[in-house]
Amino acid sequence: MKTLALFVVILAGAMLIYAGQDLPAFGDINSPAYQHRMTQYFIENSLSESGVPNIVTALLANYRGYDTLGETTVIFTAGMAVILLLRRREK
Amino acid sequence: MSRIQESVIVRTVVRIMVPFILLFALYVIMHGAGGPGGGFQGGVIFGAGIILYAMIYGIDAGKKKISDALDRILASTGLTIYAGTGLLCIISGGMLLQYGAVPLLPDNPAEVSKYLIDFVEIGIGITVSAVMISLFFDVSSPESEEAEE
Repeated sequence: MKTLALFVVILAGAMLIYAGQDLPAFGDINSPAYQHRMTQYFIENSLSESGVPNIVTALLANYRGYDTLGETTVIFTAGMAVILLLRRREK
Repeated sequence: MSRIQESVIVRTVVRIMVPFILLFALYVIMHGAGGPGGGFQGGVIFGAGIILYAMIYGIDAGKKKISDALDRILASTGLTIYAGTGLLCIISGGMLLQYGAVPLLPDNPAEVSKYLIDFVEIGIGITVSAVMISLFFDVSSPESEEAEE
């Protein structure tokens, strides 16, 4: 059983490494993320529209605030689920 | 009590380091708007500081600092801050989480957005740190029960 698990892990890792060869190189100017017109828009307008100099934060909390609200809810729900399942009741 | 918990060096280092870890966590949360950082990262650092304290000084001592009830309240407070900010934007006539609609500074919506982003990050930080701490306390067994076994 352990050998099988090891085999599955190595196979999955090999697949990921093989797929990773096709990723654009780090900082590659021709990669789709840099070429997309939204990238240009965010670089030019995120400071004037959201007021924060950090583009990542502007995207996280302003443009995609709804998404981040969902992420926070997921973490909150996970915590509540663990409390329900594992918390020891006071006697 | 394990041998590590009895070590004077470890106890002293933890006692000195924990306030700085918590301070750094607050810095990371508030720094989210201007550089690397944010609510998720800062919340995890804050939770890790409390967990470090509880690991060395004992679960019961840690629970004296952050009780289970307080933990639950904090976890929901953070999410309420975030969702409440979104609701405030709707009440002010904008869309959900459209910070610029809140009429704090009528002539400068970007400035309002800046402060509300910080506010929202604080909410995220509170929820994430409270959930981290409650996860640790829930999966660790209290010392009083360990002694009985």
